Amino acid sequence: MTETVEHAPTGLPEHPMPRATGCPFDPLPALRDLQARRPVSRVRIWDGSSPWLITRHEDVRALLGDPRISADPRRPGYPHRTAATRARDQVRSSFITLDDPEHARLRRMVTAPFTIKKMEALRPSVQRVVDDLIDRMLAGPNPVDLVEAFALPVPSLVICALLGVPYADHDFFQRNTQVLVRRTSTEDDVRTANEALTAYLEDLLAAKQAEPEDDLLSVLAEQRVATGELTRRQAADMGVLLLAAGHETTANMIALGTLALLEHPDQLALLRDGAEPKQVAAAVEELLRYLNITHSGRRRVALEDIEIGGELIRAGDGVILANDIANRDPDAFPDPDRLDLGRDARRHVAFGYGVHQCLGQPLARIELQVVYNTLYTRVPTLALATGIDQLEFKHDGFVYGVYELPVTW
Amino acid sequence: MRVEVDQPKCVASGQCVLVAPEVFDQDDDGIVVLLDTEPGAEHEEAVRESAAICPAAAIRLVQE
Repeated sequence: MTETVEHAPTGLPEHPMPRATGCPFDPLPALRDLQARRPVSRVRIWDGSSPWLITRHEDVRALLGDPRISADPRRPGYPHRTAATRARDQVRSSFITLDDPEHARLRRMVTAPFTIKKMEALRPSVQRVVDDLIDRMLAGPNPVDLVEAFALPVPSLVICALLGVPYADHDFFQRNTQVLVRRTSTEDDVRTANEALTAYLEDLLAAKQAEPEDDLLSVLAEQRVATGELTRRQAADMGVLLLAAGHETTANMIALGTLALLEHPDQLALLRDGAEPKQVAAAVEELLRYLNITHSGRRRVALEDIEIGGELIRAGDGVILANDIANRDPDAFPDPDRLDLGRDARRHVAFGYGVHQCLGQPLARIELQVVYNTLYTRVPTLALATGIDQLEFKHDGFVYGVYELPVTW
Repeated sequence: MRVEVDQPKCVASGQCVLVAPEVFDQDDDGIVVLLDTEPGAEHEEAVRESAAICPAAAIRLVQE
């Protein structure tokens, strides 16, 4: 790297900040304090640089929707998560790390399967996946790890079918994805995992180009790679993104959401005792808001000077949009630390905001609606098989959750 | 109330279709399609919410 890193003045808060012991669902009190006192303020990150941390809901939305900031990690000043993600972001071309118009051109190549109509048409097959996995779980050992038996297989099976990836390879892609989303992974770890996944997707794309099937990889191979619009490598980068984001995030929402509901039995009862589709949909939005699994924040760099929250962000300054505390902003959500499945949480920023807002959100919604509407009704005695203090949380993950969730019934 | 959509800005999140399905639809690529340019007052709240949650700010309400 040739860019110079601006060293922060002493006394700046470190970012990310560890959560308080015993409060696995809540952002750190120090973040709440920043939000109240200095909602746009500098923090110090791992490389010694001092990007801005944006903590208010309104400011997070305003900046994520502002064309004067860039999502391109190759620009100087971009606040990288780790040295390993910095290295990876130099070699991949993915629409989440590009700005418009190139971002829009690439993203629009893969939006077709995610329309609301296509997602609704997928609902019955998601329901079958969920029912089958519950049948199998109930017929198997008790207690069981819900992550392994249910939370990971549901979205993995669904995204495999949508992309055209053989589910039989799930150990391979789940293991390598875990490496990509861990803060503790070294540059070598990340490079190896990324290359393994990309090479795997390149092989699949070649196979689909020769013998197309009814799936998204075939569409990319036939309509974009064969025509020269994308190199196979670019299409593979996109495939890695969709495969990884398609299972890891939803899996964490299922396991962590179940834990949160078990810890809030009055809220769990609303789902267990039969809820209307509208209530289930609202419950999903509230759990997305409350849990904030993408807790390492959205990362950007300013292209121009931007005034916000009484501060001046200069062109070239790094910006971290803290969606976790933004979704707990009392100005946007009254009594924000209360899990309330009845509230209207639709304006949360759990999927981000702006042109980069999550492409797979309609799929995540369908999966979570089916899961939350089915699991606790089918298994009404579901309970944690260990103390909550015994669980290992993904403090070291870019996506928050639990590594295992032992449950009994 | 008149509604305008900016299709080049649309990022196909589909949120407007979830909130106001009588007013918004999507084409095969997920891009917003306006079903009703002058929806009745009964849809006003849903259209306002759609404009507010649209991540790309591609929905505009024009009061006449």
